[in-house]
Amino acid sequence: MSAASTAEPAFVAKTKTGRFTDFVDQRVGGSGILREFGRKVFPDHWSFMFGEVALYSFVILLLSGTFLTFFFDPSMAETHYDGSYVPLKGVEMSVAYSSSLDISFDIRGGLFMRQVHHWAALLFVASIAVHMLRVFFTGAFRKPREMNWVVGSVLLILAMAAGFTGYSLPDDLLSGNGLRIIDGVIKSIPVVGTYISFFLFGGEFPGTAVIGRLYMLHILLVPALILLMIVLHLFMVVVHKHTQYPGPGRNDNNVVGYPLGPVYAAKAGGFFFIVFGVLALMAGFFTINPIWNYGPYDPSPVSAGTQPDWYIGFVDGALRLMPGTFGDWQVEQTWLGFVFSFNVLLPALVPAGILFTVMFMYPWIERWITKDDREHHVLDRPRNAPTRTAIGMAGFVWYCVMWAAAGSDLIATHFHVSLNDVTYWLRALFFIGPIIAFIVTKRVALALQRKDREIALHGRETGRIVRLPHGEFIEVHAPLDEYKRYKLVGFESPEVLPAVPNEHGVVTRKEKRRAFLSKWFFEDRVAPASPAELEAAHGHGHGHEAVEAPEAAKSLSH
Amino acid sequence: MGNHSDGSPNHSGTVATAGQNEVEKFQDPGIPPHRLRLADTDPKAAKRAERQVALLFGISVVGTLIFLVAYFAIDLGAEDSSIATIRLQNMLLGLGTAFAMLGIGTGIVHWAKALMPDHEVSEERHAIRYEEDRQAAVRIVDDIVEETGIKRRPLIRNTLLGAVALAPLPAVAIFGDLGPRPDNKLAHTLWAPQEGKLKRLARDPDGTPIKASDVTIGSAFHVIPEGLNDLHEGKLNEKAKAVVLLMRLDPASLNPSEGREDWGYNGIVAYSKICTHVGCPVALYEQQTHHLLCPCHQSTFDLTQECKVIFGPASRPLPQLPIAVDDEGYLVATSDFKEPVGPSYWERDMHERSINS
Repeated sequence: MSAASTAEPAFVAKTKTGRFTDFVDQRVGGSGILREFGRKVFPDHWSFMFGEVALYSFVILLLSGTFLTFFFDPSMAETHYDGSYVPLKGVEMSVAYSSSLDISFDIRGGLFMRQVHHWAALLFVASIAVHMLRVFFTGAFRKPREMNWVVGSVLLILAMAAGFTGYSLPDDLLSGNGLRIIDGVIKSIPVVGTYISFFLFGGEFPGTAVIGRLYMLHILLVPALILLMIVLHLFMVVVHKHTQYPGPGRNDNNVVGYPLGPVYAAKAGGFFFIVFGVLALMAGFFTINPIWNYGPYDPSPVSAGTQPDWYIGFVDGALRLMPGTFGDWQVEQTWLGFVFSFNVLLPALVPAGILFTVMFMYPWIERWITKDDREHHVLDRPRNAPTRTAIGMAGFVWYCVMWAAAGSDLIATHFHVSLNDVTYWLRALFFIGPIIAFIVTKRVALALQRKDREIALHGRETGRIVRLPHGEFIEVHAPLDEYKRYKLVGFESPEVLPAVPNEHGVVTRKEKRRAFLSKWFFEDRVAPASPAELEAAHGHGHGHEAVEAPEAAKSLSH
Repeated sequence: MGNHSDGSPNHSGTVATAGQNEVEKFQDPGIPPHRLRLADTDPKAAKRAERQVALLFGISVVGTLIFLVAYFAIDLGAEDSSIATIRLQNMLLGLGTAFAMLGIGTGIVHWAKALMPDHEVSEERHAIRYEEDRQAAVRIVDDIVEETGIKRRPLIRNTLLGAVALAPLPAVAIFGDLGPRPDNKLAHTLWAPQEGKLKRLARDPDGTPIKASDVTIGSAFHVIPEGLNDLHEGKLNEKAKAVVLLMRLDPASLNPSEGREDWGYNGIVAYSKICTHVGCPVALYEQQTHHLLCPCHQSTFDLTQECKVIFGPASRPLPQLPIAVDDEGYLVATSDFKEPVGPSYWERDMHERSINS
C-alpha cells in the first residue's frame, strides 16, 4: 500500500474533517467499516424504537449505577442510623440500609440517581418486553433471525435477574420480605431446596451474607452477561440488516429507509437524550421505592399491599392464585417421609416454565408447521397472520391475569369487592382468559383482513351521501391510489399444507400432527385481493358497490 | 380461482387446494414519489426550523444551569433543611436534567426531520452467505471432524465425554462452603426452655414480658421470646423463626383438639407468625371473624379451628406455641413449637417426627 502511494500522487483530503478521518484511517484502517456502515440504510418505524429504549435505559442504568456504587455499602453488619432522616435516628439497621438512606438524604443528587436507576430498571424490562411483543406479532423472529430471538429472550431473563438482585440490595422491609418469599420458594424445591437456601443465605434466613452476594451478582456478573448478549444481539442485527414493514417498494431483497449518516444516526442519537430526559423527569417528580417509609428489614412486621417490581409480579400472582387446600385435602404432600410443596412449587415453576419454553421454541415450532425455509425480511402485519397473533394474545392475556393477581388485594380495596371473589375470578380467568383471547383475536384479525379486502376492492368510505335521480341514496367510495392499495393486498397468505409421505412413502405420525397443526393455523384465511377481482368490482359495480357488492365480486370475496 | 375461504365455517378447509400462485398478484408500484417538506421549498421555513433547533439547544443550556444551581445552592446540611428541602432539590435536579437532555434530543431529532435530506433510499440486501461459501463451510467442518477421526475411534470419544462431563464437578464442589449444612437448624427456635427455665413471652420490639392479665379479650400482641434482643449474633435469624402472635378469645370459641387442650391459657393462644406458605409474617388479625390473614399472598387461617387454612395458597395450619402462666403471672412457653415453623421444606416431616419422638 505505502509503496503504491509513494509512486502515485497521494490522495489528500480537502476538508478538515476529511483530513481527520484520513488520519485515523491511516493508523487504524477504518475506511472499510465506514464505507460499509456510514450510509447503511435503516428502515424507519415508531415500533422499532422499543429496542432502542431498552438499549438506552441500559446505558443510563450503567451510568447511574456506577454513581450509586461509590456510596453504597453492601454490608449486613448491624449499625445504628445516624443520618439526617429524623424518624429513623438511632434505629438499629444494617449498614446496607443505612448507606442507602445516606444516598437518599445526605448525598446531593443521590436520591435523584437512585430514582433514575430504579425507573430506568423498570423501563429497561418493560421496553424489552414490548420490543419482544413487537417482534413476535410482526413475525420478525422468522428465518434468519431465530437465534437473535433466543438472544433477546435470554436478555429478558437477565434483565429480570438484574432487576431482582438490585431490588433486594437496600435491605429495607419491603425487599427483605421479597427475599423471604424467594427463600420460601427455594425451600419448596425437592431434595436440594433446603441446601440451596442455606448456601444462598450463608446459613439460615436472612443471615449476614446475602446482600453482599446479590451485590456482586448485580454489579458484575449479570451486567457483564447483559453486555455480552447486547453485543451479540446488535452484531446479528447488523448481519441480518433490519426488517421492514410491508409496503410499496419494499420486498425481501431490499431495505428501504434512511441512511445511517446523517439522518438515522441523528434520530437514534437524539432519541437517547429524549429517553434520558423522560427518565430524569420521572425521577424528579415521581417517588419510586421510598425505602425510608418501610424501615429496616425485620422478619416480624409487614405492610399490607406489598408489591414486587412489576416484572416479578406474574410469578407472585401465580403464587397467590394457587389454592393450598381443596376442602380438607392439602396440596402439600408428604411421600415416603419427604415433603412435596406442590402449592408453592407448581405456581412458581410451571407458568413461567411454559411461557419461557414456548417463547424460546416458537420460531422453530412455526417453521416446522409451515415448512417455510425462506428468509423473511418483510414483516407481517399482525392481522395477516391471524393464528400467530391469536397465540401471542393468548399468552399475553395469560401473563396479564397472573400479573393482575399480584395486585389482587389492591384490586379488592380499590373497587370495594371481596378479596376472595377477586381471587376466584382470576383463578377462572387463568384458564378461560387465554382461550377467549385466542378466539377473539383470531376473529378480529380475520375481520380486519376482510375490511382490508373491501377497502382495496371498493375504495374507502368518503362519508359523502349522494341521492340518485330515482331516489336511491348511496355513499360515494373513493378508490385508493396504487401505493395505498399495495399495502393492503401485497401480503403472503399461506395455506394449509396437507401431510405428505416421506421418502419411504410413509406418512409419519409426526407429519400427521404437523398437518393437523397446519390446518389449525391456516384453514381460516382471507386471501389478498387480486387485480382480477378489482377489475370485476370496478366494471360491474359502478355506482352500486356502496350498497351491495356485485355478484361477481361476491362470489370471489365471500 | 375464486374459491378463497373467508373464514366462515361452511367454507373453511375447502380452499387449500387452490394454489395461491394461480391468482394473479398486484404489481409492486415501487416506492411512492417523494414529497417535499415545507423546509425544502421555502427558505423561510428552513430558516424557521433552524431557529427552532437552536432554541431547543438553548433550552438544554438552561436545563444544565438549573441543575447546577439546584445542586450548589440548596444546602442539605443546613439547620432548617428537612425532607421538603430534599424533595425540592430532587425535583429541580430532575427538571434540570430533563430540560438539558430533552433540549438536545428533541433539537437533534427536529434537525434531522426538518432539515436533513429525507429521501427514502432503497438498498439491496446482501446474502448473509454465498452458496459457494456455504457448501465449502459444511465441507470444511466435515473434513475437520473426519481428520480428527473421532467417529472412527469411539474409545477416544467416550473417554473424552466422560472426562468433560466430570471435570466441572470440582467447580460445583468448590461452592460447598457458601453455607453450613442445614442439619436440623430449621426445627428449633429460641422458645425451647433453657436449663429448665421456661421462656417468657415478650413484646415485639421492646422485649418487655407480657402478663396474662394484660391480655384482654379481643386484643392481639406481636411477641418475641424473652432475651432475643440481648443476642449479639443471629438475632434476625432467630427472630425470623420465633415471632409469634398472641390473641385472647372467648375460651368457648376455641376448639382445641385432643392433646392441645392445655396449650392455651384462659382463651389466650399463641401461634407462629411465619406463614406456612413462603414465610411472610401473618400480620393481619381480623378480630371479629377470628381470622389471621397473610398480606403477601392472602392465606387466611381460622383461629377457632387451630389456624386451619380456610383460603389462599398456604397448605398447613400455623404451628401453635404451647403457653402457660408462671408464678409471677407472666406468660411462658411450656416448650418449643412441636413442629418446624415457616415454609415447608424437603426434610420438614422428618424433623417434625424427631421433635415429637
